[in-house]
Amino acid sequence: MIEILEILVSENFWAASLRIATPLIFGVIGALICERAGVLNLGIEGIFTAGAMAGWMAVWLGAGLWGGVLVAALAGGLFGLLHAILTVPLGLSQHVSGIGVTLFATSLSYFIYRTALPDVSSPPRIEAFQPLDIPILSDLPFIGPALFQQTSLTFLALILVLATGYVLYRTPLGLAIQAVGDNPSAVESQGLSVYGLRMGAVVVGSSIMALGGAFLTMSAFDAFFFGMVNGRGWICIALTVFASWRPGKALIGALLFGAFDAFQVRLQTEVGSFIPGQIFLMMPYILSIIALIVVARKADYPRALLVPYFRGQR
Amino acid sequence: MIRFEPRGPVAVSKVISVTVAAAVAALVLAAVPMLFAGLSVFEAYGLMIKGAFGSAFAFTEMLTRATPLILTGLAAAVAFRAKLWNIGAEGQLYAGALAAVAVGTGLFSGPSYVLIPAVIFAGALMGGLVMLGPTLLKTRLGVDEVVTTLLLNFVILLFVQMMLEGPMQDPMGMGWPQSEPILDEAALPKLMDRMRIHWGLIIALISALGVYFLLKRTVWGFEIRAVGENASAARHAGIPVTATFIRVGLLSGALAGLAGVGEVAGLKGYLTADLSPGFGYSGIVVAMLAGLSPIGVVFAALFIASIFVGADSMSRATGVSNYLADLIVAMALLCVLVSGLFLRFKIRLVGAPYAKEASK
Repeated sequence: MIEILEILVSENFWAASLRIATPLIFGVIGALICERAGVLNLGIEGIFTAGAMAGWMAVWLGAGLWGGVLVAALAGGLFGLLHAILTVPLGLSQHVSGIGVTLFATSLSYFIYRTALPDVSSPPRIEAFQPLDIPILSDLPFIGPALFQQTSLTFLALILVLATGYVLYRTPLGLAIQAVGDNPSAVESQGLSVYGLRMGAVVVGSSIMALGGAFLTMSAFDAFFFGMVNGRGWICIALTVFASWRPGKALIGALLFGAFDAFQVRLQTEVGSFIPGQIFLMMPYILSIIALIVVARKADYPRALLVPYFRGQR
Repeated sequence: MIRFEPRGPVAVSKVISVTVAAAVAALVLAAVPMLFAGLSVFEAYGLMIKGAFGSAFAFTEMLTRATPLILTGLAAAVAFRAKLWNIGAEGQLYAGALAAVAVGTGLFSGPSYVLIPAVIFAGALMGGLVMLGPTLLKTRLGVDEVVTTLLLNFVILLFVQMMLEGPMQDPMGMGWPQSEPILDEAALPKLMDRMRIHWGLIIALISALGVYFLLKRTVWGFEIRAVGENASAARHAGIPVTATFIRVGLLSGALAGLAGVGEVAGLKGYLTADLSPGFGYSGIVVAMLAGLSPIGVVFAALFIASIFVGADSMSRATGVSNYLADLIVAMALLCVLVSGLFLRFKIRLVGAPYAKEASK
């Protein structure tokens, strides 16, 4: 018991929670934007991989850290565009297209990585984002290290949550995106382009997702590894439902998840020898399933999610 | 401006020709990454064909690789027919393999005609049971099965690792995380001497025929297709939709479980955590390539298997990454998806009626 309390009051635990939550925040915000417009994007796992690889490789080739972030977003946007074309004007199955994008983006990323670096056994490292040492704020007791000694990408994620919330609820664009996910024919009758809104949302959402991958290689680690995304994308899809498609709840969900993950790692070092490590590793997935079950009954799906729209159809 | 006009039923020959065209398109598109990797495209494909069909050994290797793909392809095809999106064949495969190993390594002893059916049944049952969970969550609570089946893949793989490092580890395995070998009496016999090809292929082909007859000739098959076309209409027509989903889920999981049985009891002889290089996910491609037809699955699995085996051999000969095979397979899925449009719609380039609107 004492050990558990010690974990919960340590600065380092809360800092780790926010750090683990960061890629999930990018992923869930990206997924939420796509789904709000009515398009499920199961390409996320692959887009994470592409963002991780593209961002890392851009930095490795000398584009600079923010150049890498831009390249990652661009890569994500391109795969998003592919998914958008297949599912919006062509109206193909969102499930199958998403799986296709995941397979395509993952294998393409691995292939490019292997082709560019055929013989390396240990991946080359880059100078990754360092924690910001914000004067005064970082020196605050407890809160300082936990909240303010993070890398720039974590702050970018938090800003994106605020920006997404603002755009969705406070701007005409956001209302149009919500409407296009609920009732596309009503949007068309107002003279707005259903295709344009949906495709735009998927491309922007996918760019944001890719930043989650970029965080892995450019902030959490400093290199690209095979299998490094390891299901984080799918967890974001579950978190989106958990968040009821709301940015604020998405942030809370990602943070809870990060806290749980950070907690289990620390608990494992305390009691590790009694319980097999795999039990702890399973928990995020089981927790995601439980979260889905808990909210499934009252889940307020965007009503036109998964429903293709054809022009002039009512 | 492009306009889609829905078309009615399409002849089987047309379905086949469009799908083959999609597969060819994927092979043509694959020239781009090949050129990027500095390969000569014709030479590369020559090596791939040789690697998959060039000798009796190559050909039986290709068939061996196709065996689990037929089964996971069937698992996806039968589920997708009912619009039950089972993306969890990978996990169900491991669950089947785990059950097969649990039974086949000496749970009880007996002659082959007892042990082999027991191993097969255990694997199929376990695969089906794994899929039962997500199916019930879908039908009872409305939890999206795509995410639950996907997440379960990770849980099951970790569970297998835990078993292989714990209670089911082979004490003679020098500390490697692998199970004890399956008893000789419980192993699926080889089909040919000195080759790896085994009876799992026969099981896979029988399964394909079985699923074909189920879908075409039985009431259950009719119900599955009706639910897939329109679940709420099916419900109004008095079809037991929930029961149909549960049957489809059990069948789909069982087929994926059989793929795991074949890999441990027919091919490897023991279970490791790297048993499957993503057969579950490739099965989705196989099913889509087959247009969800059980007989088509056999041919699609042969195509995908020849890409994997051929590209592996080409990769060894040229030093190019064998992720190329995965890339071609992913491209094939996307091409087939697009090709489906040509079957569902007449695609017309329309000038006049839309020109006015566009100029507004």
